[in-house]
Amino acid sequence: MAKKPKIAIFKFTGCAGCQLELLHLEDIFLDLLELFDINYWVMVKRDNDEKEWDISLVEGGISTPEEIEEIKQIRKKTKFLVAFGDCAIGGCIPSIRNWTPQMEAENQVYPDTSTIHSMKVLGIGEYVKIDAILKGCPPHRETIVELLKSALLKTRPRLRQHPVCVECKFRDNACLITSKKMGCMGPVTSAGCGAICPSLGRECEGCFGPMSNPNASALASIFKGIGFSEDDIKRKFRKYAGMSSEFQKEAGH
Amino acid sequence: MEEITIDVDYLARVEGRGALNISISKDGKVEDLQFRIYEPPRFFESFLIGRKYDEVMELTSRICGICPVAHQITAIRAIENALGIEPSQQTRDLRKLMAISAHIQSNVLSMYFLSLPDLMGYESIIAMTKDNLDIVKRGLKLKKLGNDITDLVGGRAVHPVTAVVGGFTVVPSRNKMKAIRKRLVEAKQDAYATVDLFSEIELPDFERKCEHMAISDSKEYAINHGRFISTEGLDCDEMEYRDYIHEEQVPYSTALHSHVKNRGSFMVGPLPRVNLNFDQLSSDSKDAAKRSGVKFPNFNPFVSHLARAIELIHDIDESIEIIDRVPLKEERRDFRCKAGFGAAITEAPRGSLYHSYEIDNNGIVKKADLVPPTAHNANNIEKDLQEFVLTLLDLSMDEITLKCEMLIRAYDPCISCSTH
Repeated sequence: MAKKPKIAIFKFTGCAGCQLELLHLEDIFLDLLELFDINYWVMVKRDNDEKEWDISLVEGGISTPEEIEEIKQIRKKTKFLVAFGDCAIGGCIPSIRNWTPQMEAENQVYPDTSTIHSMKVLGIGEYVKIDAILKGCPPHRETIVELLKSALLKTRPRLRQHPVCVECKFRDNACLITSKKMGCMGPVTSAGCGAICPSLGRECEGCFGPMSNPNASALASIFKGIGFSEDDIKRKFRKYAGMSSEFQKEAGH
Repeated sequence: MEEITIDVDYLARVEGRGALNISISKDGKVEDLQFRIYEPPRFFESFLIGRKYDEVMELTSRICGICPVAHQITAIRAIENALGIEPSQQTRDLRKLMAISAHIQSNVLSMYFLSLPDLMGYESIIAMTKDNLDIVKRGLKLKKLGNDITDLVGGRAVHPVTAVVGGFTVVPSRNKMKAIRKRLVEAKQDAYATVDLFSEIELPDFERKCEHMAISDSKEYAINHGRFISTEGLDCDEMEYRDYIHEEQVPYSTALHSHVKNRGSFMVGPLPRVNLNFDQLSSDSKDAAKRSGVKFPNFNPFVSHLARAIELIHDIDESIEIIDRVPLKEERRDFRCKAGFGAAITEAPRGSLYHSYEIDNNGIVKKADLVPPTAHNANNIEKDLQEFVLTLLDLSMDEITLKCEMLIRAYDPCISCSTH
């Protein structure tokens, strides 16, 4: 068998939920160890190899000058760089703070802000070239496996571009917007979760980020029509992907 | 003796980004000791302001990928306290089942994946697969059980979706609950094996009598509800938390340090829970604790591993009890939004977790105050290390470093949480 691809897992500004999903692949975890050489994963390993990697899965957004330097170093040593989850793609939930002046945010948390070096939190793509993205907060385990399989087969991973609505149709869910006047983000949100929330009686909150070419303004006007205030609508778009070009107008840029 | 300097730039096998720096002088005194948390802050307490009461649990879930359930339930309960909502018994039961499932997942992760490699002499669980495949498989199986229960009740293991203010958007099906019950019964043997493993393995012998704190309830092993009590006599309601627990900033850490007003640092987590609430553990878990030969209350932080294993038996027992009694009927969630202040303390896997919110008449958050378990513990970890490192001076530098790391890992710090 050919040499095992070397994988590294990194964490920046985020919650570790994405790398947890990798660790939660319990049924195939031992198989993954047969197929890949995971040689950098600080949350799991004490001996970490910092030479170079075939694939780097990067979780978390970039929010300090130190992190900018680090992600650039990782890029230099990586053949295939994956933005692993919404934080790495565009800052995700922590990016909500980008609408608060930085000093105001710091003063709300720290008595002495002189030791805090935070900036706006942005996706890693602001600073380095990305080779693939895994959407989701967190990404679905099947999608993670799809990407890893493709890496072994050297094929293009089948990652979904269509909206959550398509998955709702597969599951025979009644539309929550038309039937219950709920503020569902499904029509503009990337599929990949299997329409978890609408199948469980809850509106999609948009945790997989924008689908390909969404019509965000049309959905915003539908929300307005069913009684949501302008602030409500702003909050909906300024959540998992407020910094994205697809949602930024509705998020209140 | 020579001067000793320990510098661990990026602590392994803990969640998040922290470092350890210790310097010891020639005459054997600790000159400097910093458990340096450099995780970039995300300013949750700032950006929650202006958000709506019904999305607070969804947002605070993202504080932590390992303990999202604890943040969700604490946020929901704090908001319910602000709105004056009393959830139904079924909701309380399902929340407890969900919280316990997250304890199973997180405590198994801590025991098998993050700390066991140290105790068995490996760099990681990956390295352990060669000689100890059965143990690794057991860890994976137990962790999967925890995740699958969270998935069943919450809709997803990491950042679940069904738990909302007032109850659940949907309740799990009876058939799926039955299937999980069967797996819980089978898992009991693995839980016993876990207790055996952590009572037979040699844990470092180090004791420091410090204040232990947890929520407590005479009727059940407290996880989601209880009075906040300690081994030094603290006994307060969750709404009074800020009268007793204060925070201060230290220049080398983005996590604030906690202390009891007019006293000092304190410990939260599985060991304080078992110490303070031993009587409420299930009879099988109590028996297993007695058979382990370790006496409780216990003040060796390394015994936290055994406490997690004992809790694992209890968690399985209580999950089965809940499944057997919960009616699983659809319930309405009716309430009205109003201005108010609400606080809640729950037991996250790593220990007591505090959330409080002030909301206005429209349900908009005006103020948020969050103190995760590792923000409670960071100060105490340093106090432990101050004493512990002096017992290690005969060892090699590598061994001193490893032992100090092991003490930190015994607390299972969640550094992203602590900074939030």
